[in-house]
Amino acid sequence: MNHATTDPTDREVMIHLDQVEKVYPGTDIPAVDKLSLDVHKGEVLVLVGPSGCGKSTTLRLINRMIEPTGGRILFGGEDVTDVNPDELRRRIGYVIQQIGLFPHRTIAQNIGTVPRMLGWEKNKIQSRVDELLDMVGLEPKIFRDRYPKELSGGQAQRVGVARALGADPEVLLMDEPFGAIDPITRDRLQNEFLRLQAELQKTIVFVTHDIDEAIKMGDRIAILGERSAVAQIDTPERILALPANDFVDDFIGAGSTLKGLNLSRVRDLELRAFPTIRHTDGRDVGLKALTGSDQPWLLVLDDDDRPTRWVRREDLNRTDAPLLELGQHVRAKTEANATLHDALEQMVTSSTGNCCVIDAHGKIIGVVGIDTLTEVIDRMQSEAKIHNAEVEASHR
Amino acid sequence: MDGISSFFEFVKDNWNIPNSDDDILGHGWTHLKLTLMVLLVVSAISISLGVYVQNKPKLKQASISTASIFLTLPSLALFGLFIPLVGTGFWPVFIALCMYGILPILRNTITGLDEVNPAVVESAKGMGMTQLRQLTDVRIPLAWPVIMAGIRVSAQLVIGIAAIAPLVGYGGLGRFIQRGLTSLGLPNSLERVWTGTVFVVLLALVLDLILGRFEYLTTSKGIRR
Repeated sequence: MNHATTDPTDREVMIHLDQVEKVYPGTDIPAVDKLSLDVHKGEVLVLVGPSGCGKSTTLRLINRMIEPTGGRILFGGEDVTDVNPDELRRRIGYVIQQIGLFPHRTIAQNIGTVPRMLGWEKNKIQSRVDELLDMVGLEPKIFRDRYPKELSGGQAQRVGVARALGADPEVLLMDEPFGAIDPITRDRLQNEFLRLQAELQKTIVFVTHDIDEAIKMGDRIAILGERSAVAQIDTPERILALPANDFVDDFIGAGSTLKGLNLSRVRDLELRAFPTIRHTDGRDVGLKALTGSDQPWLLVLDDDDRPTRWVRREDLNRTDAPLLELGQHVRAKTEANATLHDALEQMVTSSTGNCCVIDAHGKIIGVVGIDTLTEVIDRMQSEAKIHNAEVEASHR
Repeated sequence: MDGISSFFEFVKDNWNIPNSDDDILGHGWTHLKLTLMVLLVVSAISISLGVYVQNKPKLKQASISTASIFLTLPSLALFGLFIPLVGTGFWPVFIALCMYGILPILRNTITGLDEVNPAVVESAKGMGMTQLRQLTDVRIPLAWPVIMAGIRVSAQLVIGIAAIAPLVGYGGLGRFIQRGLTSLGLPNSLERVWTGTVFVVLLALVLDLILGRFEYLTTSKGIRR
């Protein structure tokens, strides 16, 4: 997730919907009513809204799986409202909830579908397939010649994404891509996808009905009401801090502050220096470290610098037992790329109110406390208020 | 016992006598050739028709009903009805057999296409496959096992009904049955009826095995049952 300081709207417009409209035959009420929307190069724009609001229809209007009955669609400035839809779709990756892999074709053939249609050479397709399988974390040697029926749901969805990326399209449309996957796998796929996107910087329009997924995945979120009317479109931070109206407020639901914690990562914090000692160090080293800090807890590390025990001054004085048996076991640990929400969850399970931040090998990097989070929340709220004032000023 | 051994003797004596009307191999070959030609033509017609009508509810119903009516027509009468139009011999047999063979293949083509997972077709379209390509690369390959099942039913049907061909002046294994029945009581009459019946059944079994193998080889490993 790249909620960095650069505003996605600063980048050039990749997809421009201009007063796009869809009226199905036999009705007067449009399913999508004069929708105008910009998607900027390299951003993930999430369309989110209650069922039946027309968000999927809107997505399908972009690659003309549904033909619009009015308005214009521009791709990088080129009007594609009337070009050959099949050729248009070969330039746009498309991922749907049911994935729709071709069961009669191998994984390699599935991923090579669009390159083959575009007339790529065999060798080029082969190396592209392997590259994509690697990219989505599936060993090419193992998976290349398998058939879709031999895949788990999570693997199938990875192949679905790889297939959509087949001919390296600039734009990716994703219609509830993780909707039919169990929560644990979904979370993993979302994280993998965000990592991939940080690397690839595709322009992505992503549809979901799940506001939490929208907050997690989106550089910007468009909250859609009936007939795809845009209720609010902005970064997740600002939408959470500043819902534009009651509809948005209701849709976000309770706990928007806690949800906001999902948007910051532990690695973005200034980690607090914490008194630590190796378990092989003497007690006097520990006592000295405690005296030199304002913390009541001392963190004991094992031979590999992994946090092992929380120890108080009293524990050090009380017995002669080895340091690795003193105090409390360190339960709350998290990695640097975890969200503050994850860290908070860890903290509440820890009686010390602290959560150790570790690297991939389990080595200590630092410690986050409840007070750190309170500071972050304070800052988010004050920033939102400043933005609020700016927006009002610019409207005046 | 006597009947069975005289049947085997008849088969042994007449297994391969070119230019004789009792040539088992010759009539068997005629029978098989006729069946294969009918299958080829009827498959082409029925699959194309099935593809064309599959998403047109009214036409779909009309074509299935028509093909069903064909199947209820008494075969001997149908063979005879074509004689004034195309003469005796090969053509009335060929046309009538084609009419009988349509329904299983047509119905299975439609069912097979109906059963293709809509998400697969949606993703094919979403990747920019043309209508034709969606059909040849995705829908037909996925419907293929069901279509082949229809072809195998048609094959059995056609082999059985083709035994009546000699009555309108064409050859085939039915010739033994016809000659046997018209000479009941004379030497070898029952043996001929048995020969015709047994070899029609054997031919049907062998052809089904071959078509089964063909189905296996032409069905993707990913969807084999």
